[in-house]
Amino acid sequence: MNDIIEIQGITKRYSKLTALSQVTLSVPQGSVFGLIGPDGAGKTTLYQILTTLLNPDEGTATVAGLDVVKDFRRLRTVIGYMPEKFSLYPDLTVSENLQFFASLFGVGVNENFDLIAPIFGQLEKFPGRMAGALSGGMKQKLALSCALIHRPSVLLLDEPTTGVDAVSRSEFWDMLAQLKEKGITILVSTSYMDEAERCDRIALINKGKILDVDTPQELIKGLDKNLYNASASDMYPLLEALRRLPGVDDCYTFGATLHVATRDGFNPAEAILDLRRQGLADARIYPAKGNIEDLFIKLAKNDG
Amino acid sequence: MSTIFQSLIKKEVLHLVRDFRTVTVVLVMPVVLLLLFGFAISTEVNNVNVAVVVERHTDETRQAIDRLRANPYFTFCGIATHSEVEELLRKGKVDAAVVLRTENGKLTHQIIVDASNTTMAQTSTAYIESVISNSSAGVPVVANTLYNPQLKSAYHFVPGIMGMIFILICAMMTSVSIVSEKETGTMNLLLVSPVRPRTIILGKLVPYFLLSCIILTLVLALSYTVLGLPFSASVVNVVWVTILYIVLALSLGLLISTIASTQVAALLVSGVMFMIPVVLLSGMIFPVENMPLPLQWLSCIIPARWYISAMRVLMIQQLPVGYVLTEVSVLLGMTLAVLALAIKKFNAKK
Repeated sequence: MNDIIEIQGITKRYSKLTALSQVTLSVPQGSVFGLIGPDGAGKTTLYQILTTLLNPDEGTATVAGLDVVKDFRRLRTVIGYMPEKFSLYPDLTVSENLQFFASLFGVGVNENFDLIAPIFGQLEKFPGRMAGALSGGMKQKLALSCALIHRPSVLLLDEPTTGVDAVSRSEFWDMLAQLKEKGITILVSTSYMDEAERCDRIALINKGKILDVDTPQELIKGLDKNLYNASASDMYPLLEALRRLPGVDDCYTFGATLHVATRDGFNPAEAILDLRRQGLADARIYPAKGNIEDLFIKLAKNDG
Repeated sequence: MSTIFQSLIKKEVLHLVRDFRTVTVVLVMPVVLLLLFGFAISTEVNNVNVAVVVERHTDETRQAIDRLRANPYFTFCGIATHSEVEELLRKGKVDAAVVLRTENGKLTHQIIVDASNTTMAQTSTAYIESVISNSSAGVPVVANTLYNPQLKSAYHFVPGIMGMIFILICAMMTSVSIVSEKETGTMNLLLVSPVRPRTIILGKLVPYFLLSCIILTLVLALSYTVLGLPFSASVVNVVWVTILYIVLALSLGLLISTIASTQVAALLVSGVMFMIPVVLLSGMIFPVENMPLPLQWLSCIIPARWYISAMRVLMIQQLPVGYVLTEVSVLLGMTLAVLALAIKKFNAKK
């Protein structure tokens, strides 16, 4: 598979703060590529470089073979960008917004309507409603429609699901899967770790550095080993006790339970006995299924 | 290209039309300001209450009193004695008193005036002087007020108000509208599209330019009808110099929008940077010639100063454009400089 986005050693500084440091990344054509990291990791800066809004201080990047600095004007026609906030004109109606963004790229709404039809479907019921009066999920669909109206080959989505309810989020990922079927490469960033598993490949980014890149399955492989769930009625004393136990690397809350990352040779049965001696009578420790969040915590911890 | 430009304009017009309140304010404000300054707020002195002290009645004193009575600017409050005058002034019953005295067969006079209001005192003294001394002075002084024979303050204020309205509306509206696109993030989408920055800028400026032209028509129509400014062919010069000034104001708005990052900041910058200097330093209210030198120098960088002074020549004196070449070339230079700087800053990538 060809790489449609190639990023080579990109560094970007804002006065003293280094937003991106030597980022190297390639995104295969026709994939859904996830950029996973917490707020402030540098995701938005990377998007601004790829969309030619910012120039990198060091390094080069190409999208569809076009350099982000030299060929920026041509590059702008092949990308569709959806910024972090749903950037629409709140005082224009649904159809006016769509028409306006289509005209910016010199295309008519009908030319590529087949591409956005599944997404725009729910919005067609109220074309005359002001975009500002739409719900979060609807705004997101309209923003995505506007980003797609010129049939870009690469779709750059910066935290598209922030502030959207769980049902709409799930629908949104279904839409991305459909777009991928039509051959559009999608680079999507998120701070929701559970969304990472819906990507073909993901890059973990923290403090401006890429920590790891692989398929989600590959990344979490091997995590299950040495990872345990722990629970008790008194969670906080349990957390403190576990952190003191020998053989425990890290312990953090994970949903309703605790996740315990341990070194090789950790024996859960012994640990339970130990905890019970400390007064945590109902303490339980059992193997856990690791996911991206566990990996991220592990990598971020190693990175310091 | 033209279709992109058209849809940018169409979008901007939709923004304006839907923001009904702002458009109303923008169209009503000039009218209200013009009428306020033209009628209500004026430096003309009317209804000056005058008392007269006469030591010995003669034909001449009688004539002087008759002239005062007949003059529409004065309200004659009767004849008082020396001792009463001070009391009347203190109580505010009269604004001025004239003491008429006949010495060696010649009429002399003294004017006592309440100077707690300086403008009132100066103007009424001058009026009384001209009314009384009509015949008695040895050397007659003939004052000939050119261009504004009735000394109407509307003549004085209309150019000033135009100078203020255009810089406020054009600079404020363009900067706020561009900055609001920065705030919602749509500016980034415009910049990421293949549309050239200069097309985006023009798409922003043209609708506000057209709106300003509507305001200009409104202001001129009011000035020449309701306020009774003298109408002549020189209105053509008034229009094109104003259009130059509007372009300058729009460029200033564009420049502000590249500096300010929020709508509130844009409002503050255009309000503080333009409103206060325009009102205080442009010569709209206070003559530039009376200011201390450093302030006079400062006033040179205020566009409204040049515009207002050009407008006084073109609108009131109705002289040909040759008399305002300095003003027009300064305005033109400022426009080019500001526009170039604004476009450069707008294009600059971080």
